[in-house]
Amino acid sequence: MSQKVLDALAKKFGDAVERTETQHGDEVAWIKRDKLVEVATWLRNDPAMAFDQGMFVTAIDTLDLRRPDANGAIRVVDLEAAGATRFEVCYQLRSLRHRHRVRLKIRVTEADPRVPSMTGLWSSFIWQERETFDMYGIKFDGHPDLRRIYLYEEFVGYPLRKDYPKDKRQPLVRRSDLPSSES
Amino acid sequence: MGLELVTTQLEKAANWGRKFSLFSYPFVTACCGMEFMSVAAPKYDIARFGAEFPRFSPRQADLLMIVGTITEKQAPALKRVYDQMAEPKWVIAFGVCASTGGFYQNYHATPGADQIIPVDVYIPGCPPRPEQVLDALMLLMSRVQDARGHSQLRHKREKLVLEQQRAAGALEE
Amino acid sequence: MADLKTLVLGRKDVQDMDEEQELPSELMTINMGPSHPAMHGTVRIVLTVDGERIVKGDIQPGYLHRCFEKESEHATYTQVFPYTDRLNYVSPMINNVGYAMAVEKLLGITKDIPRRAEYVRVIVSEVSRITDHLTCVGASAMELGGFTPFLYFLKAREWLYVLLEEVSGARLTHSYVRVGGVSKDLPDGWMDKLLARLDEIEAVMVEVETMLNNNKIFRDRMAGVGVFSKEDAISFGLTGPVGRACGIDYDVRKDFPYSIYPELEFDVPLGTTGDCYDRYLVRVEEIKQSIRILRQCARQLPTGPGERHIIDDPRVALPPKRDAYNTIESMIRHFKHIVDGIKVPAGEAYTFVEGGNGELGFFIVADGTGRPFKCYVRSPSFVHLSSVEKTMHNHLIADIVPIFGMINMIGGECDK
Repeated sequence: MSQKVLDALAKKFGDAVERTETQHGDEVAWIKRDKLVEVATWLRNDPAMAFDQGMFVTAIDTLDLRRPDANGAIRVVDLEAAGATRFEVCYQLRSLRHRHRVRLKIRVTEADPRVPSMTGLWSSFIWQERETFDMYGIKFDGHPDLRRIYLYEEFVGYPLRKDYPKDKRQPLVRRSDLPSSES
Repeated sequence: MGLELVTTQLEKAANWGRKFSLFSYPFVTACCGMEFMSVAAPKYDIARFGAEFPRFSPRQADLLMIVGTITEKQAPALKRVYDQMAEPKWVIAFGVCASTGGFYQNYHATPGADQIIPVDVYIPGCPPRPEQVLDALMLLMSRVQDARGHSQLRHKREKLVLEQQRAAGALEE
Repeated sequence: MADLKTLVLGRKDVQDMDEEQELPSELMTINMGPSHPAMHGTVRIVLTVDGERIVKGDIQPGYLHRCFEKESEHATYTQVFPYTDRLNYVSPMINNVGYAMAVEKLLGITKDIPRRAEYVRVIVSEVSRITDHLTCVGASAMELGGFTPFLYFLKAREWLYVLLEEVSGARLTHSYVRVGGVSKDLPDGWMDKLLARLDEIEAVMVEVETMLNNNKIFRDRMAGVGVFSKEDAISFGLTGPVGRACGIDYDVRKDFPYSIYPELEFDVPLGTTGDCYDRYLVRVEEIKQSIRILRQCARQLPTGPGERHIIDDPRVALPPKRDAYNTIESMIRHFKHIVDGIKVPAGEAYTFVEGGNGELGFFIVADGTGRPFKCYVRSPSFVHLSSVEKTMHNHLIADIVPIFGMINMIGGECDK
């Protein structure tokens, strides 16, 4: 649908774009982390691109994810081979004027889960990035107010990581006369 | 003998009054709130049971309606609201989330509001039909009349313990 | 007279402030929520106020975080439907449709959905949209002191709930839509009942509009409150009625048409000022447009023995109940479908529909098994709520109520 966005990206930022792909009509561009702000600024300001709305931010924890590799075979993502880049941070952008969309992906490691914040470009990302931080522990450099948003301050860990057990509760308050059954 | 008769009859009369003027505090958190609106709205009309007027201050309410999921983050607020209510007080867990957590068994939803505070009547359903809510209200009213609400029982128990202690003290003296 | 007004109301705007006349004042911190009668969901606001004027408001959502994503990662594709119901519980059908479309996109069967199923989906979505707007407008009017519109609209909503219950079996949490279609066909004569109710709803709309549109109290509290400029609205990603009230001409049904919306005629109302009153008007107009869509659907709905309500694809649809009881192949297929779930090929897709509050998107990552690897939802309420912090700056505390009412923040959707 908007292959021309990917082409223009690849043309303008040859080495900053790791690869591009189209899946089910969604355009995805994998961007190098240190070039992200540059690419995003261009995407927003260039009149032919004009991505004026940031739709969502989220991350994918690729631990044990089975997806097609370069040859099309479905296999578990090999984290070692991918340079231990466990998380993929996704930015979905949309242009109101041109009615096209693109998804930027940045791969980060578990040891250094840092991504430059894009809150200066799209205000909607202020809360979205906080949510991604809350759920996945991705740290956004330059975010004005990076706190937990859904969970409480006392919560330890990041629940949407694949290695966080689904029902591991961290209660704040319980009845005093409760028989001790809950762990 | 005469005095006891008077006090039991007085309590019955008081309970009769209480059960027909339940002032509820709707602790609305989630989907069930939509059905709670329906219960209050014309077709089901909770006013027929004298419980139509929500008091939005816990200090003026004697019925706490926990409408919806209670999460770990919400739990301290629920506890505080409950503690602020004046005795005697009653609690209804509205819907399966407030009763057991329902199909939300995860890191942030509590397995039922009774992990935080005592509950008198549980209403199953996700969300419960308005008829069920009215049924639960009538059940609660019969409990109130029979003085079987949790705070009424607690009051009775505490009084009994106090009397026993007093009797024991009198014996020692 | 003007002085009296200032005395009673305090200063209304910053520009009326006279630095020299002001007594030195200290800022005060007030906590609002998480259990507050005028909040639709549960949200906590830590307000820093200068008198009645809000200097800063720290909005803290998350009191209804029910872990939609984590739960759906542990459920089969079909089992996720009940969770989507409980996201925006005022318009659950639209959530169902959005999620189903995302899975269909991954399966590559978007084009193969039977026409009748598409029509039924649009019909139930639009009915849901009407219930959403009725609730939003009714509840906001109640919070501003008008109890009668609330009762009138709830009466109208009750009619629609009864109709939806007839279709799906549940009043509120329908779980009606399935991957590949809808779970069962519309009952006989249902469309006629719906059309009759639509006429009655139009009458209720006239009544309520007469009560509200030129009501002085209502207008005073809504007009000019919570104004959002178009640039800010775009930057904050506002969509739906809130975005359209700011003048953003964007409706997913028109701009990225899905299902059978291209064949239907309807208008997208646009606001000019972006204040709460415009949001109210946009919502009221959208109810009327939805009624218009429903009438067209009633005329065009394909009927006949050959029309199916769900796709005839053994990968996706359950076998008919009779076959499941009588033939071993269908029984095995039924069993595999229920236990393993629909096998969705590995990949990822983002699908969005026009929800009651705006662009409702589902971003699903599939790994070839019967359960989603990740199921992110782009909830409009969450995005809209993030803009409120800026909106309510310099407003009075009492203005929070209409702002929140017209944002229509739904706890389940906002906190997920």
